[in-house]
Amino acid sequence: MAIEVRVPTILRSYTGGAKTVEGAGDSLSALIDDLDAKHNGLKGRLITPEGGLHRFVNIYVNDEDVRFLGALDAKLSDGDSITILPAVAGGALGFAAAAALLGRPSRRPAAAVPAQG
Amino acid sequence: MKNVLTIDSAIVDAIVAHARRDHPDEACGVVAGPIGSDLPTRLIPMDNAARSMTFYEFDSMEQLRVWREMDDNDEEPVVIYHSHTATEAYPSRTDISFAGEPGAHYLLVSTRESDSEEIRSFRIVDGVVTEEEINIVDATVDA
Repeated sequence: MAIEVRVPTILRSYTGGAKTVEGAGDSLSALIDDLDAKHNGLKGRLITPEGGLHRFVNIYVNDEDVRFLGALDAKLSDGDSITILPAVAGGALGFAAAAALLGRPSRRPAAAVPAQG
Repeated sequence: MKNVLTIDSAIVDAIVAHARRDHPDEACGVVAGPIGSDLPTRLIPMDNAARSMTFYEFDSMEQLRVWREMDDNDEEPVVIYHSHTATEAYPSRTDISFAGEPGAHYLLVSTRESDSEEIRSFRIVDGVVTEEEINIVDATVDA
């Protein structure tokens, strides 16, 4: 099955400059593995060594932030559309403190999500 | 890549006003421009979802909406701006770590002095910060 993925400028070095690539998988995690097989190194820009979603990117499934859909466990179906954007953040605060702040979603979802988000 | 940011004085004034309005919290936003033009034309003040004096973060859903809108208009984020409210207008380590738009000018405004602003612009590519000149133009004269 095909899932369209829109890739931001900063990650297009992994896709040969392509703005849009196709991948497959029944979860975000599986999709990222599939993308990494075709575009070596992409996974490392999306997932931390600890196995969580990288805070430097936002990933959306059909216009919803995946952090509110179960993050890497988010279920995907054929025809879904994925958008990856660079997270825009920063400020005078030290990096460690900023990272801690970003560990949680800035907007609370209506339904409960796994703690992993 | 040009080492100068050319920007209309009215846009700079509006960015400073936004930074002053949100002080002591950090303010942030984007100035979109036609793809490839390197010319910031459309100011989009963004919410600081962190509402913090030392940190800013675009709301992810607002960002998606704005980035889509730019796509639809054949625009790109030419300038990404934010304020520092107690420190100088120079990218922090956090700013550098997060800088994810290699084509953008990162404009910083410091509002730590109540009667004057420090405004500086940078390219941040692969963790390397390069300061650039800001050429403020007055469209009412130039146009």
